[in-house]
Amino acid sequence: MAAIDIQNIVKTYGEKKALNGVSLSIEKGELFGLIGPDGAGKTSLMRILVTLLLADSGTAAMSGHDVVTDYKTIRNITGYMPGRFSLYQDLTVEENLNFFATIFGTTIKENYSLIRDIYVQLEPFKDRRAGKLSGGMKQKLALCCALIHRPEILILDEPTTGVDAVSRREFWELLKSYKNEGITTFVSTPYMDEAGLCERIALIQDGHIMDTDSPDEIIRRFPLPLYTVKASPMTEVLHALRSFGQAPQVWIFGQEIHFVASEHDISEDKIRQYLTDKNLKVDKVEIITPGIEDCFLWNMRKS
Amino acid sequence: MRTILFLIQKEFLQIRRNKSMLPIIFVLPIVQLLILVQAATFDLKDVHFAIVDQDRTPTSEALIRDFSSSPYFKTSAYCMSVEEATSKLYDGTAGMAMVIPKGFSRSLVEGRGDASVQLLVDAVNGTNAGLIQAYSTRIIGRFSLHQATSNPVVIPEAFKPVTLTVETRHWYNPELNFKTFMVPGILVLLVTIIGFMISGMNVVREKEIGTIEQLNVTPVKKYQFIIGKMIPFWIIGLFELSLGLLVGKLVFDIPMEGSLWLIFLSAAVYLIVVLSMGLLVSTMSDNQQQSMFISFFIMMIFILMSGLFTSVDNIPDWAKVINTFNPVAYFIRIMRMVLLKGSEFMDITHELLSILGLAVLMASLAVWRYKKTT
Repeated sequence: MAAIDIQNIVKTYGEKKALNGVSLSIEKGELFGLIGPDGAGKTSLMRILVTLLLADSGTAAMSGHDVVTDYKTIRNITGYMPGRFSLYQDLTVEENLNFFATIFGTTIKENYSLIRDIYVQLEPFKDRRAGKLSGGMKQKLALCCALIHRPEILILDEPTTGVDAVSRREFWELLKSYKNEGITTFVSTPYMDEAGLCERIALIQDGHIMDTDSPDEIIRRFPLPLYTVKASPMTEVLHALRSFGQAPQVWIFGQEIHFVASEHDISEDKIRQYLTDKNLKVDKVEIITPGIEDCFLWNMRKS
Repeated sequence: MRTILFLIQKEFLQIRRNKSMLPIIFVLPIVQLLILVQAATFDLKDVHFAIVDQDRTPTSEALIRDFSSSPYFKTSAYCMSVEEATSKLYDGTAGMAMVIPKGFSRSLVEGRGDASVQLLVDAVNGTNAGLIQAYSTRIIGRFSLHQATSNPVVIPEAFKPVTLTVETRHWYNPELNFKTFMVPGILVLLVTIIGFMISGMNVVREKEIGTIEQLNVTPVKKYQFIIGKMIPFWIIGLFELSLGLLVGKLVFDIPMEGSLWLIFLSAAVYLIVVLSMGLLVSTMSDNQQQSMFISFFIMMIFILMSGLFTSVDNIPDWAKVINTFNPVAYFIRIMRMVLLKGSEFMDITHELLSILGLAVLMASLAVWRYKKTT
């Protein structure tokens, strides 16, 4: 039995389709990432899973419990961390923890082993009001509160948004450690670089799941060679590459341009030659392994 | 049970931490009580009045003297013509004008019975105008009685009119002290503000900050949440009432004829009504502004229709129907009856049962409207 089983979920807000027939199956103990830009439908899907939102159609079950008919059970076995910091800012760290522990009918002591790693980091601040914590600390406290009742499933909505790089890494380390506890973690993020940290990911765009697999598999499935081009001036290079060969795909990637040709007879040299012929200064043309972001952009083209 | 206790504890912790909340709860009511009671008085004193004396006799002067020596009126101007007096009324320098026509004293002395004076009253404020008229009539009545009895020569003993003296006694508030009348009403106002506005805003605040979301995914039951929200403000409301009664007693020396237990029993039920209303408003609004405006609107209607400032005996029938759903009106009546009249439980059963009915109605509505899922 899948820990989270989502079948054909549709949710519309007025005219806009936020979720357009989403189906996903997440195994028990998996660290599963939902990757997609803002407005892709990540939050809506998560809110449906934690029984805060009702889907228009389709079904979803958590550990075999239906989110509509069996919502009471789900509230006991799920830990949810909304995208926005939603703890009591005017209560201290310890008061927040105690409060949520009591609400779930447990105590900090009872599940201390589970939260110990975070709690030791929070302990120096335990008398500080939650509102006065730094962004990273806030997220750790929220995670702590979501874990306090030892949930079977952890649903985290963009837990690392607005958190500095170091804290982000620490946060992901924590998430990985819960696998040993048998906790299923379903986490959403707009950061493509975090996708590689998940066991499996789903790419979501405009309410559609574009692809689901392990990050490596998704990358391996990238059908064509991907070139990175560094040449100047950028805009003209971009323009030139767009008309190189048959239906090429071009996107800017920081200082470089990623280029996918639909024909196999294109090589690094041919690209270099093509650009030089156009009087453009070429610094680098290299074939590279695609990243998740490349896969995402490639998939977007298909849909 | 443990969950509810924890919810309540959390609520009190938050109230204690909230820097703007404490003054609202402790200082505002006292200030309100002290100011509102002084301001909302209907006592009438020193009304300026203009005189047009076309008679100019000792009798007319005696009448004027009667007016100006009363505590209610103060002569402000002697005018030559009625027009001049009306202009004084118009520009507000006089609240009343009295015209004594030529031949006034002669008609009196001859006992023809057609002696008359004309009173012009600025009736922009109807309540004041009514009071001015009542006081003037009383002064004139006493004056004419005095004239009649001091002129035995004119009227033979046998024809002397039988004069009836009306002696009014004001029961339950013998000195017609408006403060004693207002304090119980203002106390109701205080309890209402705490119960209705602050509780409603509190829930909406949780919505705004998003904490309600976090609570909604917990196994906290609907009734636990609602009770956990209500009890703190219920306690604060009752505390507020005690504080208000204490200030009322110490500062305004209001009478407490009836049983305080009865007052608190009614308040306890009344608070359930307003708290539920607050909660109901909070389920209908997304932010504190909306909640403020909705509750302000409802409270305004309820208070103005409650009989706090004006008598509601003469409002139209449809308004009376609305008023049967007005908890403020019932509670003000109970407060006045118990505090001023010393009414017993049996005397207020109708009001108490009405409040109880409203409590059940409002609480059910609030519970029904409150949803954990959107």
